[in-house]
Amino acid sequence: MADPRHEPSTAARAALRPPIVGPGHTPTSVTDKIAAVVTAGTPRWWFLGAGGAFSLLGIFAISVFWLFAKGPGIWGINNPVAWGFAIINFVWWIGIGHAGTLISAILLLLKQDWRNSINRFAEAMTIFAVACAGMFPLLHMGRPWRFYYLLPIPNTFTLWPQFRSPLIWDVFAVTTYALVSILFWYVGLIPDLATLRDRSKNRFAASIYGLLAAGWRGSTRHWHQYEVASMLLAGLATPLVVSVHTVVSFDFAVGQVPGWHTTIFPPYFVAGAVFAGFAMVITLTIPLRYLFGLQDFITARHMENMGKVMLATGLIVVYGYAIELFIAWYSGNGFEQFMIHNRITGPYRYSWFALILCNFVAVQFLWSSRVRKSVLGLFIVSMFVNVGMWLERFVIVVTSLHRDFMPSSWGMYTGTIWDWATYIGTIGLFLSLMFLFIRFLPMISIFEMRMILPEAKNAKKGA
Amino acid sequence: MPETRPDRGLKVEEVRARLAQHSGPRYWRSLDELAATEEFQDLLEREFPQLLPETGSGLSRRRFVQLMGASLALAGISGCTIQPDEKIVPYLRQPEGLVPGKPLYFASATSVGPYGRGVLVESHTGRPTKIEGNPEHPSSLGATDLFDQASVLDLYDPDRSKTPTQLGDLRSWERFSEDIAAAMQAQKQLQGEGLAVIMANSSSPTLRHQVERLRNDYPKANFVFYDAAGNDNQRAGLRMAFGQPTEVHYDLARAEVILAFDADFLTEGPGAVRYARDFGRGRRVVEDSDRMNRLYCVEASPTNTGVLADHRFALSPHAVRAFALSVASALGIAEADDQDLPTEIREPALRVAKDLRAHRGRSLVIAGDSCSPEMHALVAGINASLRNLGRTVILRDPVLLGEEDGAESLRRLTAAIHAGSVELAILVGGNPAYDAPAELDFAEAMLKIPRRIRVGLYEDETSRLCQWHIPLSHPLESWGDLVSHDGTVTLMQPIIEPLYGTKSVSEVLECLLGDPNAKGHDLVQNYWRQRQGGSGFEKRWRRWVHDGFIPDSAPGHQPRTLRQNSVKLAARSLSETTHDEDALTLVFRPDPTVGDGNRANNGWLQECPKPHTRITWDNAALLSPRTAEKLAVSSEEMIRIDVDGRSLEIAAWILPGHADDTITLHLGYGRHHSGRVGTGCGFDAYRLRTRAGRWEVAGARVEALGKRYRLATTQLHQNMEGRDLVRMNNVDEFRSGHLHAPHEHVDTEASLMPGFDYSEGYRWGMAIDLSTCTGCNACVVACHAENNTSIVGKDEVLMGRELHWLRIDRYFEGDLDDPRTFLQPVMCQHCEQAPCEIVCPVSATMHTDEGINTMAYNRCVGTRYCSNNCPYKVRRFNYYEYADLDTETLALGRNPDVTVRTRGVMEKCSYCIQRINHKKIEATVHDLPLQAVGLQSACQQVCPTEAIQFGDLNDPQSRVAQWKSSELNYGILEELGTRPRTTYLTRIANPNPELERS
Repeated sequence: MADPRHEPSTAARAALRPPIVGPGHTPTSVTDKIAAVVTAGTPRWWFLGAGGAFSLLGIFAISVFWLFAKGPGIWGINNPVAWGFAIINFVWWIGIGHAGTLISAILLLLKQDWRNSINRFAEAMTIFAVACAGMFPLLHMGRPWRFYYLLPIPNTFTLWPQFRSPLIWDVFAVTTYALVSILFWYVGLIPDLATLRDRSKNRFAASIYGLLAAGWRGSTRHWHQYEVASMLLAGLATPLVVSVHTVVSFDFAVGQVPGWHTTIFPPYFVAGAVFAGFAMVITLTIPLRYLFGLQDFITARHMENMGKVMLATGLIVVYGYAIELFIAWYSGNGFEQFMIHNRITGPYRYSWFALILCNFVAVQFLWSSRVRKSVLGLFIVSMFVNVGMWLERFVIVVTSLHRDFMPSSWGMYTGTIWDWATYIGTIGLFLSLMFLFIRFLPMISIFEMRMILPEAKNAKKGA
Repeated sequence: MPETRPDRGLKVEEVRARLAQHSGPRYWRSLDELAATEEFQDLLEREFPQLLPETGSGLSRRRFVQLMGASLALAGISGCTIQPDEKIVPYLRQPEGLVPGKPLYFASATSVGPYGRGVLVESHTGRPTKIEGNPEHPSSLGATDLFDQASVLDLYDPDRSKTPTQLGDLRSWERFSEDIAAAMQAQKQLQGEGLAVIMANSSSPTLRHQVERLRNDYPKANFVFYDAAGNDNQRAGLRMAFGQPTEVHYDLARAEVILAFDADFLTEGPGAVRYARDFGRGRRVVEDSDRMNRLYCVEASPTNTGVLADHRFALSPHAVRAFALSVASALGIAEADDQDLPTEIREPALRVAKDLRAHRGRSLVIAGDSCSPEMHALVAGINASLRNLGRTVILRDPVLLGEEDGAESLRRLTAAIHAGSVELAILVGGNPAYDAPAELDFAEAMLKIPRRIRVGLYEDETSRLCQWHIPLSHPLESWGDLVSHDGTVTLMQPIIEPLYGTKSVSEVLECLLGDPNAKGHDLVQNYWRQRQGGSGFEKRWRRWVHDGFIPDSAPGHQPRTLRQNSVKLAARSLSETTHDEDALTLVFRPDPTVGDGNRANNGWLQECPKPHTRITWDNAALLSPRTAEKLAVSSEEMIRIDVDGRSLEIAAWILPGHADDTITLHLGYGRHHSGRVGTGCGFDAYRLRTRAGRWEVAGARVEALGKRYRLATTQLHQNMEGRDLVRMNNVDEFRSGHLHAPHEHVDTEASLMPGFDYSEGYRWGMAIDLSTCTGCNACVVACHAENNTSIVGKDEVLMGRELHWLRIDRYFEGDLDDPRTFLQPVMCQHCEQAPCEIVCPVSATMHTDEGINTMAYNRCVGTRYCSNNCPYKVRRFNYYEYADLDTETLALGRNPDVTVRTRGVMEKCSYCIQRINHKKIEATVHDLPLQAVGLQSACQQVCPTEAIQFGDLNDPQSRVAQWKSSELNYGILEELGTRPRTTYLTRIANPNPELERS
């Protein structure tokens, strides 16, 4: 694949850039190191962490049970603000789910091979985040047992969903995204599942892994077909990165509520999603690479690159905020102007200022390479962004709705204990899935790491 | 309970008391909680003595389960005694005209205080479900007020008392009649010396006759007719002015200039509905731009009438009197020296007087029930000098049972009780233990009467102090007769057999007279046979019952001569009343939604927002912003009001437009024993209310307590924010064609999508005339009754989840201390380009081919997107299972044509689509045009001022189409391109040019 004419510059780049794999690794050491996480005994901290995550999952179960028993009245939603935490959390989780596909698909197509050590993990995160996100539209419904009305199932009423509604577009966008993400992830896992099958000492584990590996033997033919499949899936997934959050933004942009009805929403939501996704990847990677000693594979350069992506997308998001302010003034529309005024000076002004602090001020520290290279610095900034992106959705949903057109109907909204319990519960679901994943599957793609070793590159060159 | 017998652990009454603490649909579930109490276990052990040994020690699991089962079964049994099976009446022969699914209408009457109003009751296979005004009846003309609308709910109230009880034990009517016969016999020996009969006042001729018979049989008995919020002052004032007992009503149709002193004549009192109709017709500029009456309101506490006033003066009660004196002296009635009066009162009063004088015989001055007798006498004098008597003011002989001041007779009775001369008290209706003047301590005094018998709809505060309680039939279950505001005799016929073993008032009185088995029907019919008998009575009687009233029974104007001296004396006594400038005055008013408190257990009324404050489920001490500042209190802050050694802790509420240095306390709240809905709501203003200070008392002191009490108001924001929601112009601007259009023209027809084609068939639409909407809430409650809308309770209103399909928005405009109040009914606007329709993912809300935005409830999955996208915020969501599906009686009262919505479903105004379809079918079947079958939406039908018009826009003759073609017509938020089907007519005011605000 390598074009000889580009060799010098590649070499020069390689010399300038820090390596993406620690020194002294061979294919065997890579396989040993990563597979050992799965095949070796369970570390004690895993039980602690998983125990915590499962407790949160228990909170989720309780809050869903209570919700189904009583109705959505247990939440803080009311007449002007009929959407609350459920929609905020839905958009937040979907946003987080964007980094995975971006890393796996777009960076794969762009041949950014530094991605190889984080893509598996990021894809898993995507799927879990989409799982959490997918819960909310169901929980949000007044009659969740009628969820199938939203699906185009042929039925005796000959009734179809209402295709003009962005919520229906959501159903298609999110289910497609979830399906393609799962496929992509699974296809990428097959060679590693085979490795685990071969390395498992436990017969039961070996047979499970063997089943999942779908008869992978590592033949050239297999590798060829694998390459084709993953490139195709990457091609399929790439537009989804843009489309999913575009469609999610339509939920708001198609509505006519001031603060929702904006054409900037699709690009601004997509950038926000990537922004949030990378922040979450950073938040999760930093502790994991320490706990499993994977600094050799997820290096400072990875962290720095992710910081750069975060900065770039963060600036797009801030641009979106600026355009909202500008358009409100420029349009001369009294409702829009009131909405911005109310956002900044109204009863929810604290959430707006906190949002600016998290998504604008905090991100500016990433201009400094010292911060980007500092693990602690990155972690703090990414936490700010995680909170900031949640606040952004809160500001969009709540402050737009609570004072719209009719002053007589204005109201206030606060989340109840059940709103928080459901939200924290889905974090529990996410973490539980995450803990199961790092325990039972290789969180770094073993074979892809082998491919980026200097040896592999030399072999390619030799060929 | 004073007479609790010690040998019983738990009594039905206490069970009920315990149940009453649990409100709403949790009723049955709370029984197992109840089962856990000590007393219940005690009762259980007594009823199942064989269980006793095992309960003490070593309770086996099996035994425990048995016990639990038994206790639950027992709970069910006691439930049965509270609520017997409904009387089943199979159709052996189907009644004539009854088609299942089609309602029948019966004429009847509802009581408005002691008077009556003719209504039509909608009955579905024998179950009354809705009350409409009787279009033929002079007090109604087809409309009602909110109380009439809500009275259906009272009929099915599960808290109504159902069987006679003695000391809490269930008894039969026969047992009672034997008991009472003996007691009455004993009294007969004494000529009734120890007998006291305490009744709510009434205009019923039959009752009057019965009371006369009782008086003959027991000449020394003590009769008290007491209404807490009656028109006693008016009657006293008229007697003062005319020297003989007199009642009055008004002819608003002839009044061109109206001056009201503390009078909410458009929404309160027996004639309000009729007055509102005539008043509305007198200012419907959309139909007749040349004719528009002018209304001046001088009032302390903001009223609905004041909202429509062309000039409103918010004055404290003494300043209201000063204003009246100024007007009187300007008209030369009283030589009151008004030179000392402040010019801000005197100047406008002179101009108002001038305006009145210019309209002699076509003007009207009204004093409210809360005005003193002297004020009423003075106002009678003013009307006489304006030659209004016989024209706009109609006088006639009195009709009430008790002519005397109710509070005074109650005082006399209390003195008699303390003297020990009362042995037997019979309390029929009313609730004196709750609403008697505070200084009488009537509840305490009552206990000194050895035998106390209570006849009432509920087991209330008074019942709890009586040994016997006899349940009263609801008006929809009883025969009766009442006199309307103009003297028309109105007949009340039952639409349903009594649901429980109840008796009507006349049946109970007949029992006292010695016949316990008399039937209400016979009593009323025989009375009228005696009065207007002769040949053909049966035929006439049928006619009267069919029509609901006796035609031409109104006496008309009965001329009286004014006693000039009395008026002068009254004026002098008014001008001599001293007033301390700094004193704080309390004024008492019946609550705008629960009245004097007898309707406190009605959820529709409790949840109906008060017109000015939008508060639900509570009353509050209302005060002006300036007074609040002076007293350093804020809204929702608890304050203690001390006056004459009595004190009340109550939440404060700042109300712009309230008179300064005055606090309004609404009566009717703070009930202790009202039922599961009304108990514990609000604050009991009766505790400060004395006989002398029944409407106002000066010299109150207020102390802020620093505690907060949350009041559930449905509207948090008062300001229109410069948005073009309510428009207003002066009548001159309208006549000269210079309406200000606040916004540049927006092309609302512009659309990329093709429009709907309505050229065939119907095209429904609504228009609301803001010039005549008083915000009386009748439409709000009518919508409840018609559309099976649930109530949600105070906590849910606080969350902002009330379910009213039709709400009334209230805005203030102008100066904080003297604002203008705007009220605007808002329901689904049925947009042509409905924002809700395109966002519903399941097509649960759709556009019909007649232009209605409909809801398919069983398709709705509850994403609430439609509500977010609705700019009018008229969609309502069932966040919980708000509909009470467990209480069986409530099911009887629901409109069978409208789905009862369950949890998780969006709902909203449907333009009463069930009525549209009924009428469309009727028109098709009989091959008639739609106008001929009389389609009306529920809100339109009930509106006293005809401010709501609904109909087919494709019919250019329809009133709604004509209104919409007026230049007054505008849609709210039209600039969004929604093209609402419901539009509004710009409010037109008719200010006096001489009084125009600079």
